[in-house]
Amino acid sequence: MERSRRSFLKLVGISTLGLGTLSAVDLLDKVDLRAQGFGPDPKALQGERWALVVDVEKLDEETTRKAIEACHLVHNVPHYEDYEEEIKWIWTDTYEHAFPGQEYDYLAEEVEERPFLLLCNHCSNPPCCRVCPTQATWQREDGVVMMDQHRCIGCRYCMAACPFGARSFNWKDPRTTYFKDKEPPNPRYPTRTKGVVEKCNLCAERLAEGSMPACVEAVKDTKAIVFGDLEDPHSEVRELLHEHFAIRRKPELGTSPNVYYIV
Amino acid sequence: MLETALKGSKKYWLLLLILFGIHGAGATAFLYQLNKGLTVTGMSRDVSWGIYIAQFTFLVGVAASAVMVVLPYYLHNVKEFGKITILGEFLAVAAVNMCLLFILVDLGKPMRALNVILHPTPNSILFWDMVVLNGYLFLNIVIGWVVLSAERKQVPPPTWIKPVIYLSIPWAVSIHTVTAFLYAGLPGRHFWLTAIMAARFLGSAFAAGPALLIILCLIVRKVSKFDPGREAIQKVANIVLYAMIISIFFVLLELFTAFYSQVPGHMHGFVYDFVGLHGHGNLVPWTWAFAIMAVVATLMLLCPPLRKNETTLAIACLLVFFSLWIEKGITLVITGFIPNPLETITEYVPTLPELAITAGVWATGFLILTVLYKIAVSIKEEVGA
Amino acid sequence: MYNKGTIITGLVIFVVLFTSPFVLGLVTSGPPPEPELTAKAKQAKQCVEVKEFMVESHMQLLDDWRNEAVREGKRTYVATDGKPYTVSLQNTCMECHSNKSKFCDQCHNYAGVDPYCWQCHIAPKEKS
Repeated sequence: MERSRRSFLKLVGISTLGLGTLSAVDLLDKVDLRAQGFGPDPKALQGERWALVVDVEKLDEETTRKAIEACHLVHNVPHYEDYEEEIKWIWTDTYEHAFPGQEYDYLAEEVEERPFLLLCNHCSNPPCCRVCPTQATWQREDGVVMMDQHRCIGCRYCMAACPFGARSFNWKDPRTTYFKDKEPPNPRYPTRTKGVVEKCNLCAERLAEGSMPACVEAVKDTKAIVFGDLEDPHSEVRELLHEHFAIRRKPELGTSPNVYYIV
Repeated sequence: MLETALKGSKKYWLLLLILFGIHGAGATAFLYQLNKGLTVTGMSRDVSWGIYIAQFTFLVGVAASAVMVVLPYYLHNVKEFGKITILGEFLAVAAVNMCLLFILVDLGKPMRALNVILHPTPNSILFWDMVVLNGYLFLNIVIGWVVLSAERKQVPPPTWIKPVIYLSIPWAVSIHTVTAFLYAGLPGRHFWLTAIMAARFLGSAFAAGPALLIILCLIVRKVSKFDPGREAIQKVANIVLYAMIISIFFVLLELFTAFYSQVPGHMHGFVYDFVGLHGHGNLVPWTWAFAIMAVVATLMLLCPPLRKNETTLAIACLLVFFSLWIEKGITLVITGFIPNPLETITEYVPTLPELAITAGVWATGFLILTVLYKIAVSIKEEVGA
Repeated sequence: MYNKGTIITGLVIFVVLFTSPFVLGLVTSGPPPEPELTAKAKQAKQCVEVKEFMVESHMQLLDDWRNEAVREGKRTYVATDGKPYTVSLQNTCMECHSNKSKFCDQCHNYAGVDPYCWQCHIAPKEKS
């Protein structure tokens, strides 16, 4: 009796497990879409390594504000008063904080007080993508460090890995807080949900339709932020780097940032 | 064997009830966190990991309790450990369970946790941590259960379990190494970017896990008819002593490199911990508590009469446990975020819901531990070990 | 068999509890609601694929759409009939099906599913 009941229970257990696995496999089986397929928009901007060159002297307060506002409006970025919960795609900080270790006591006042425009560097060797356990963040072939909010589990490992503070976490739901009583400004772009990481996506959705990133577009007439392909020797960014001395943030870490600052 | 956990004294049930109560409070707080988001914690965009991940880090160390009795017993035939391997293994099971729960409560989207398996990513250390922790949990449940069942039937354990036991030894090393790699491979986090991180993790793990095991052995002897054996406890005490000395040595190595080189990034974390940085010093009292407790515990264990007296030994083990709890379970993780990559300082203080969830996870772990120890001890009593 | 009475009572309680949601569902829910089409959707005659396919597999289609658009950067879908569409739930699907409550929610509520699309994606404004 003892024996047979035991083996019976084992059998039942194993068969349930087997059936469960079978039906799970069944569910995972993809449906045949019959469609002719997917492709990029023919208008999409094509590049091998997108980069931004920021001309610091051309970025006065007004231009900086315009660039930031354009980004935040187009991506429905909430503005939280509490620094600890802030969401930052593009923001400013002083030289001392943007380039720590490079400051000295007798830094020109003009440089010391000037706001530096900071954003995701879309590094060529991005540590955030290296650490992500679900490939929710990864690097595209054109160099854009993308973020898939559908897949992010909110472990925040990428935030620990990013040496530039470019990643923000949705500690709370923007819909029930910042956008509770006001409409998200861009009805054509999603907001985020609580518990996922977000950051600058180099306007991947705009590049796909052939437009420049919103920040670049917003200050186009000043040429303070220039966007282009570093692998293209005739691109505007290459020309600028050829003519001017530029610096990058924390190059010693080997992440190889693709945002350059002409100082 | 589970039935032995269902028959117990009033005190046993009372303990389970209390632990279950704390678990319930934690679960309620977790539902609140799930509803509001991690905004209910003290974490911020700068200190983006807090007490949850810190507890996880510490508890990976506690799981070392198993290997430190299994290795001497099976590889060096240290007979005294035969009676307590099961206690080490079951403590490891409870500790790894807590580790997994702490990771789960830290996730912004816990319902998507299985994405780690659905989209396996070998270049992520967190993926490997998931693999080694679950593997270690599985190994210890299987080994503990099979060996204990055999003991109950008074027959030698089946031969197939031997290779599994041997596998569990390097596997134990892997959980500390991989957990250390979570931190030691990040550019721009100077406090963590140190090649001896994995060695430090092993050192402190081999002290903290066995120290708790000694305390538990002393409790088991008091509340049951099973005696883990004075000799076994003394031998574990030696392990704790050596591991503690090595741990302190490793911390001193870090201090030397930071302060003799005078590289600011390497010094900042330690300055913040020991004296405070730019007027911020939340962790200063904790750091000194760690340092003082660690030194006092080591001196006590070094002194033979104090080590041989089980009362003073218990005190020394408590000091070891709590000092390393501060080091791995508070300061190591939080200091990694201070100062932030832009060299500004945001401090971190856990909130009430966060502490309730933390207590809830600990209670869940001790609930598992109590039930498993009840089973082990009942069987030891039954066979008159 | 030992403890016949207890075991059978236990089994009966288990079966009743286990099947209660199904029984309850059969009793309380009426016929499934029919998704309502907007004038614009009606005029288009066909969605990106044939109706039967859309009814049965819209969730897989959307899942593929999101992966192709976000992860592969392929934001144009060429349907079976050769017609191209911009891959976007928010801007393509909802442009025609601008009546989320009558087109999406009704059925989802009936079926007891709660897709998290709308936690982020913005639904078009409906005239109430």
